[in-house]
Amino acid sequence: MNQWTFVFAAYAVALGGTAGLIGWALASCRRAEDRATRIGRPQ
Amino acid sequence: MHRFANPARFLKIARPVTSWLLGIGFVLSAIGIVGALFLMPPDYLQGQTARILHIHVPAAWLGMSGWTGIAVASAAQIIWRHPLAGVAARALAPAGATFAFICLATGSIWGRPTWGTWWEWDGRLTSMLVLFFLYCGYMALAAAEKERGPDGRAAPVFGLVGAVNLPIIHYSVQWWNTLHQGESISLTKTTIAPELLWPLPFTLLGFSALFGAVVLLRMRAELAEAKVEARLRRAAAE
Repeated sequence: MNQWTFVFAAYAVALGGTAGLIGWALASCRRAEDRATRIGRPQ
Repeated sequence: MHRFANPARFLKIARPVTSWLLGIGFVLSAIGIVGALFLMPPDYLQGQTARILHIHVPAAWLGMSGWTGIAVASAAQIIWRHPLAGVAARALAPAGATFAFICLATGSIWGRPTWGTWWEWDGRLTSMLVLFFLYCGYMALAAAEKERGPDGRAAPVFGLVGAVNLPIIHYSVQWWNTLHQGESISLTKTTIAPELLWPLPFTLLGFSALFGAVVLLRMRAELAEAKVEARLRRAAAE
């Protein structure tokens, strides 16, 4: 049993999960703030 | 705390702090991960799998800290009706749930070569799984309650009651005979050799900074969504 396989699998889960969370938070924040700016602007 | 009750004042501070937290978080996490994967020696007993500790411990810490934050924000929402407390609690939930899941997954991956099993229904693992389910329940409840208006009490009460699970997670290794090892790191002492331990403060602080950035981003998104809703409601009424 190669221990490095487990080590890399654990890091892949942790880094993938964290990157996904940050990406989702950044995208949702940008989308919401852009929409708020657009709607706030006079037509 | 009430100084930041004004969303405009909060946003003025939150925008630059988010960028700083992301920058600091990436740098510290990168140092800790490189140290844990390539610079520290293998453990004499566990071998290479001891490297998993440096992501498992921060994930456990942030999973539990997230719910501590939800409980504090829920109390502020119920007692002081702080306008940002509900927003903060809702912003903490997805970040806390993600790290609780990472804690469970990395622990399971570590357990297979070390214990010979992916999962064991022992006190520590089960109470951490309960925490993950509490996060899922909180997110569903808070989303449903948000649609009905800002005066809901179910989500903050759930946030406070769920905090009962935190001491159960912490003391589970003392209260019951568990497969999970006892406390090996505390504020005053550790049983881990310094050569193996040094990357941990970097990953702990780095992931904590990234967690803080995610919470601020979610709070900013929630405030922007509330602004849009208020404007659309006002336009519909005119």
